[in-house]
Amino acid sequence: MTQAITVDGVGKQFRLGHAQTGNMLREAIVDLFRSTYQRREPSEEKVFWALRDLSFSLEAGEVLGIVGRNGAGKSTLLKVLSRITRPTTGSVHIRGKVASLLEVGTGFHEELTGRENIYLSGTILGMSKRRIDAKLDEIVAFAEIDRFLDTPIKRYSSGMRMRLGFAVAANLESDILIVDEVLAVGDGDFQRKCLERMGDMHNSGRTVLFVSHNIAAVLSLCSRAIWLESGRLKQSGVPAEVVKAYLSTFSSSEGAVSDLSTITERTGTGDIRFTKIEYLNLDRATPAVVSCGDSFVLRLHIEAARDVQQPIFGIEMQTSQGIMAAHVHTYNSGYEIPVVRPGPSYIDVQIDDLNLMPGRYVLSLYAANLGFHFHDVLPQCTVLDVQSSNRYGLMRGLLKDPLVIFDCHWQVNEGAAPRLALPSVDRSSPTEATPAGRPHRAGLGL
Amino acid sequence: MDTVREFWDYRELVFFLAWRDIMIRYRQTVLGAMWAILQPLVTMVVFTFLFGAVVKIPTDNIPAPIFYFSALLPWLYFSATMSSASNSLVANGDLIKKVYFPRLVLPASSALVALVDFAIGAVILALMMAYYHVLSFRLLLWFPLALLLWSFSFAVGVLFAAINVKYRDVKHAIPFMIQIWMFLTPVIYPTRLIPPQFAWLIKLNPMTGIIEAFRASAVPGTPFDWGTLGVAAAITAVVLTVGAVYFRHAEDYFTDIV
Repeated sequence: MTQAITVDGVGKQFRLGHAQTGNMLREAIVDLFRSTYQRREPSEEKVFWALRDLSFSLEAGEVLGIVGRNGAGKSTLLKVLSRITRPTTGSVHIRGKVASLLEVGTGFHEELTGRENIYLSGTILGMSKRRIDAKLDEIVAFAEIDRFLDTPIKRYSSGMRMRLGFAVAANLESDILIVDEVLAVGDGDFQRKCLERMGDMHNSGRTVLFVSHNIAAVLSLCSRAIWLESGRLKQSGVPAEVVKAYLSTFSSSEGAVSDLSTITERTGTGDIRFTKIEYLNLDRATPAVVSCGDSFVLRLHIEAARDVQQPIFGIEMQTSQGIMAAHVHTYNSGYEIPVVRPGPSYIDVQIDDLNLMPGRYVLSLYAANLGFHFHDVLPQCTVLDVQSSNRYGLMRGLLKDPLVIFDCHWQVNEGAAPRLALPSVDRSSPTEATPAGRPHRAGLGL
Repeated sequence: MDTVREFWDYRELVFFLAWRDIMIRYRQTVLGAMWAILQPLVTMVVFTFLFGAVVKIPTDNIPAPIFYFSALLPWLYFSATMSSASNSLVANGDLIKKVYFPRLVLPASSALVALVDFAIGAVILALMMAYYHVLSFRLLLWFPLALLLWSFSFAVGVLFAAINVKYRDVKHAIPFMIQIWMFLTPVIYPTRLIPPQFAWLIKLNPMTGIIEAFRASAVPGTPFDWGTLGVAAAITAVVLTVGAVYFRHAEDYFTDIV
């Protein structure tokens, strides 16, 4: 197999402070004179290495998942590979045409129609007009926007916009596809569609690199994973192993408090920000160690920048295998919040009889308004460690695999069980057998 | 050489970005594309009245409306391109942070946008020449002249666009520069009026050669100043080279500081 990508000793340095932005000609002129007398040492300036001594290679046709904490350099790496920014040290060799999708809807213009934006965004992403002509119907079908094709996208819902953006990108012609966390937003249906599409790309022999907080996606799509920490390569290898090692570093919830205010990799308007999460006992005064079957309070501290009408708060819990164990939000709980006032507030979520099996769960939080209007999205920002207990029985010989547990009342009876009363519908069509092993709901005599 | 080939590969993008800017420019306006006609026309009328009738600047046997319009046509193209091209990288900052394409595409597409206004203006000028019975085959000279005008405007735009990313002073300097530059260019007066000891200085300004040539091509019998036009072409080549080299050098940090 040929090497599609070779990354050799790549480092990327950013200058912090005033040199980063707001350069004034005056400073440059002052520097020009000063440099004759005293050379400014580069070390004097505050520098920050987003990537450091990074080396790895990728064979054609591989799918690489990149995991890492917020600010670990994942996005910078994708930008370097996409040629958007140049590495300060080291080199990158790429064989083949690269298409990168670092945001959904790159180059969209509000005033233009859906059709015009397909052409604009497609061209910006590197598609030829001829190819867009050929793929137009497919793009429109994928995005499900046919009725609004000639409507300016400023009238689109954010869901429609997202579908359109991904639909354009999904039809890019390239050997290598680079995708940043674009699946963090959007409904489940959309995410599934996108993941399927990425799977298709891989099946057609393309090399795919992607950053995702969706561990299930990394595990199911990737042939290899790398884990970045503080800009360095921490681990590389089989996705299951890398992900497991990565997740084990999350601070344990035994401390019961996690600071969320310092997390930089977050999206949304910022009108609401999560600042802290706490696990408390039902007295709401003492920190909790959460065990299987416990009732406890999850306290979310927030800070609002302005009045936010009818916000929705949500929590997702994933297992370390990336399986979504729970997704609850105030909207589906039927809890209406009229308004959140500026300044700090906190939300208590009382969870009764937690029926998750012991283990580590990764939490994602979001604050939003209906229609995917996100104020703060913190993907996989903290963990909940569920300790074992005997709440649901004696917990003897538990298997590792199950996700949920519930109260069970077992009973052994002697003799043959009485026949169940079956509805006449089943008898009239005896050829249509009930699927094996799945009790027919109508047959329970309810 | 790779740069040139890569730029060629992205030629469709140059057109699409220009098309975008043209499409959105007159959305939600009542007059729409009429603005492209109104602007030079009204300026020409004001100049004709102010400098022709009030100040009485000689127009050297050229009908005053043609004298001003033939200069305003290239001048308005130059000033529009210089300001939009210089700002093109900063204005499209979101784009260059998210996707790779040769950055030169941005000032190049800016230089195309004003070409639409230029073409509309050229049609009006041709109609005016017909009205004043001065229409001739000299009009064909507009094509090579437009190419030179495009090259110079693009060259200046490329240079300032690259500087603007790092030094936002450019943004403040441009409107001011356009104003001063117009007074140093024979838009409202013929070059002949400049005292001989300063004439060489005015002729170093490439816009002088270009505008005088446009004017001469609008009226049969007006002599061409080939020397000044040659200077303009030479300076254009220098600015284009310097601009492209500096742009290539600065390209490395565009994304990091834009």
